[in-house]
Amino acid sequence: MAKITAGIGSSHVPAIGAAFDQGLTEDPYWKPLFDGYPAAREWLKQHKPDVAIIVYNDHGSAISLESIPTFAIGVADEFQPADEGWGPRKVPVVKGHSKLAWHITESLILNEFDMTVMSKLDVDHGLTVPLNITCGQVDEWPFAVIPIAVNVVMFPVPSGDRCWRLGEAIRKAVESFPEDLKVVIFGTGGMSHQIHGERSGMINRPFDTAFLDDLTRNPERLRKIPHLEFVKESGAEGIEMVMWMTMRGALSKNIHEVYRHYHIPASNTAAGLIILEEDNY
Amino acid sequence: MEYAEIQALKQAFEEVPGTYLFNADRCRAGYHINMFCMSLSKDENRKEFLADEATYLANKFSGTTSEQRRCVLERDWLGLIKSGANIYYMSKFGATLGKSFQYMAGEMTGQGQDSYRAMMVDGGRVVAGNRNKKDNGGKVLCISNISKQDFSKKAQ
Ligand SMILES: [Fe+2]
Repeated sequence: MAKITAGIGSSHVPAIGAAFDQGLTEDPYWKPLFDGYPAAREWLKQHKPDVAIIVYNDHGSAISLESIPTFAIGVADEFQPADEGWGPRKVPVVKGHSKLAWHITESLILNEFDMTVMSKLDVDHGLTVPLNITCGQVDEWPFAVIPIAVNVVMFPVPSGDRCWRLGEAIRKAVESFPEDLKVVIFGTGGMSHQIHGERSGMINRPFDTAFLDDLTRNPERLRKIPHLEFVKESGAEGIEMVMWMTMRGALSKNIHEVYRHYHIPASNTAAGLIILEEDNY
Repeated sequence: MEYAEIQALKQAFEEVPGTYLFNADRCRAGYHINMFCMSLSKDENRKEFLADEATYLANKFSGTTSEQRRCVLERDWLGLIKSGANIYYMSKFGATLGKSFQYMAGEMTGQGQDSYRAMMVDGGRVVAGNRNKKDNGGKVLCISNISKQDFSKKAQ
């Protein structure tokens, strides 16, 4: 049987991708951030997942205002890096897991999550930057990826609680898949940041720290944070943290924190990374 | 949810200073300008736009308002936000001009990129005083989290 063994929360700041691409990881501005990544990479290498479900959002790269799915799932065999105005990033093509993705799709819809099915989906920094953070610069990503795209751009975006319940439904779907697969789930985006208007650059370390702490200590508090609180306390674009709720919702009660790293700033953003592992799997 | 309740909810977000939440109203007002921005994620469109900006806008995105077109031509980044553009879409326009998110933030805040970047390195902008328009007469504080310095002035 397939099972979810761990969850990873990770920022997906585009400038982190640019720093990788331009070889700036040893630059004094970037070094303190990048120094926190090798330990996570080592853990993931040892963990050896077969599949990563990556909950992310498209930033007007492949999904336009022509149609805005609240929840979408990528079922293709592969996903190309998107052109975000600079030409596509030179990162490996992302290989999918079509069979599992279709099973999850069926299970989610039967479970009343009306997913939009994406057979073509170019993936932007929201998905590829967390892969770089946790795998480094590689010729091929070491596992298959199932993208789950959440609308966090056009309000109203789904509530944290709704995102959590999507995570629970994803867990059910994975656990009912008959093949032996080790699956990890990523929640991406955040942490505190605002990148539009005069309030751009707002950062809230205490909010972020409490958020990271409560992923293990008090996740029930997190799933009930209203949008207005996210916007006021973590910045308008900090709302991306609802996607971490899907990751957390897909894990059981019995988890432990393996690793965390937090750094201010990554461009306009407080960058966070956390690994949560199931106690028994 | 009742109509009035939805409007009240949206209004609550408008009470956050320096913030223009990309809600249904802004999505409706900004559809064409955002689709213009998105068109710039294709290389041939970037070339065509840069060769003759005004003609590209007028011919291909005639649904944009004259104010939105002015903002594009004059690089009025905050004006774009106020007229319904979304920052993620705008980043394609920025990238076409070789400008980063951080550059656009420096422009939107009026601090300029250098002063804005220095504020970020000093822990970013404070939350206190920046939660509600009534905290500070609608103005956004440019105080940093770590040294509590004021970064509102453009660096020389
Ligand atoms: Fe994002």
